Amino acid sequence: MDEKELLNRFQAQIDAEIKIEPKDWMPDAYRQTLIRQMSQHAHSEIVGMLPEGNWVTRAPTLKRKAILLAKIQDEAGHGLYLYSATETLGISRQEMIDALHEGRAKYSSVFNYPTLNWADIGAIGWLVDGAAIMNQVALMRTSYGPYSRAMIRICKEESFHQRQGFDILYTLSRGSDEQKAMAQDALNRWWWPSMMMFGPHDSESTHSQQSTKWKIKRKSNDELRQDFVDNSVQQVKVLGLTLPDPDLKWNEERQHYDYGPIDWEEFWAVVKGRGPCNRERIAARKKAYDDGEWVREAALAYAKKKKAKEVLA
Amino acid sequence: MSTKKDWPLWEVFIASKRGLNHKHVGSLHAADAEMALENARDVYTRRKEGESIWVVESKFIFASNPEDNDAFFEPAKNKVYRHPTFYDLPDEVNKM
Repeated sequence: MDEKELLNRFQAQIDAEIKIEPKDWMPDAYRQTLIRQMSQHAHSEIVGMLPEGNWVTRAPTLKRKAILLAKIQDEAGHGLYLYSATETLGISRQEMIDALHEGRAKYSSVFNYPTLNWADIGAIGWLVDGAAIMNQVALMRTSYGPYSRAMIRICKEESFHQRQGFDILYTLSRGSDEQKAMAQDALNRWWWPSMMMFGPHDSESTHSQQSTKWKIKRKSNDELRQDFVDNSVQQVKVLGLTLPDPDLKWNEERQHYDYGPIDWEEFWAVVKGRGPCNRERIAARKKAYDDGEWVREAALAYAKKKKAKEVLA
Repeated sequence: MSTKKDWPLWEVFIASKRGLNHKHVGSLHAADAEMALENARDVYTRRKEGESIWVVESKFIFASNPEDNDAFFEPAKNKVYRHPTFYDLPDEVNKM
């Protein structure tokens, strides 16, 4: 079969909602797009542990600490599901890690903001995980089988994350004036970075059109962002707090909430490495990786030695 | 590109309950089989998803090729008489 025939068959398979599996023929651009998107997604899960890790030793109660640890462990698990799924496309784990550490691969920019107080852990769970879930629920139907399966697994686990975040904010919002102010301050700082998580407007998004045709992407950036806004406006009422956007208001005609302009200059600055914590995050990842080098080597040496013994026995 | 070596890749199969079959859930890296088992427990059964885990090094899996599917699975395609619904029995037989 020539390239054109293969391409037609591939597109027909996608149009018929038949999943693409690792050994199937696929256009190189499809493979590369997935490698870029999935590894970026995996890196986000891993780097996403860092802002939360900041509060493990300072969680207000033992219960909160145990929950936060479990949540962070989940993020590590999600990173691993995604790395494994990406490896089915023919890239090695090592190549992906190197790309992250050398600044060639991106991760979600939202993790380049600092977690300044305990309420930030609540805001991250409710808003950041909430925004991630919006995106991930849509991706459960993505056309690449291993990615779709990883997303289904992740979504099952992720709803605990959002609920624990809301629970933190809900508790603070019913506490002292000081605690309530702390929760509001966290929302003020995390709302806009969360809105930016959906990426540029559809009209500006470079990869969108082809990704939609290949059903890698199932909902556009702006559609997902709108869903997120509509949900959040309802939920923030329960908290008795306000979202920091004076332009938020119900639009009867659209049957959606309108929202104010997003500061894209800030978005691009953070994407390009000039956010408050970009350097710190990568430095922490590299340090963890380098400090683990002797463990990885020792484990391999031990495995080799054990195998040699088995052969002798 | 790095010259550092990844640990070998393992495929993970989990039986969610005693009496059920093991199903493929994903893969992971580990230095040896025992570590693969422990990692599989941590990565794939944090919420009691499993009663039993199998791991096998990915390089030992020999898989059918989707390119050959038409020919490879052809023998099953034209034998509708293997299905009970193929047989149109009189109503009096009731449940069979």
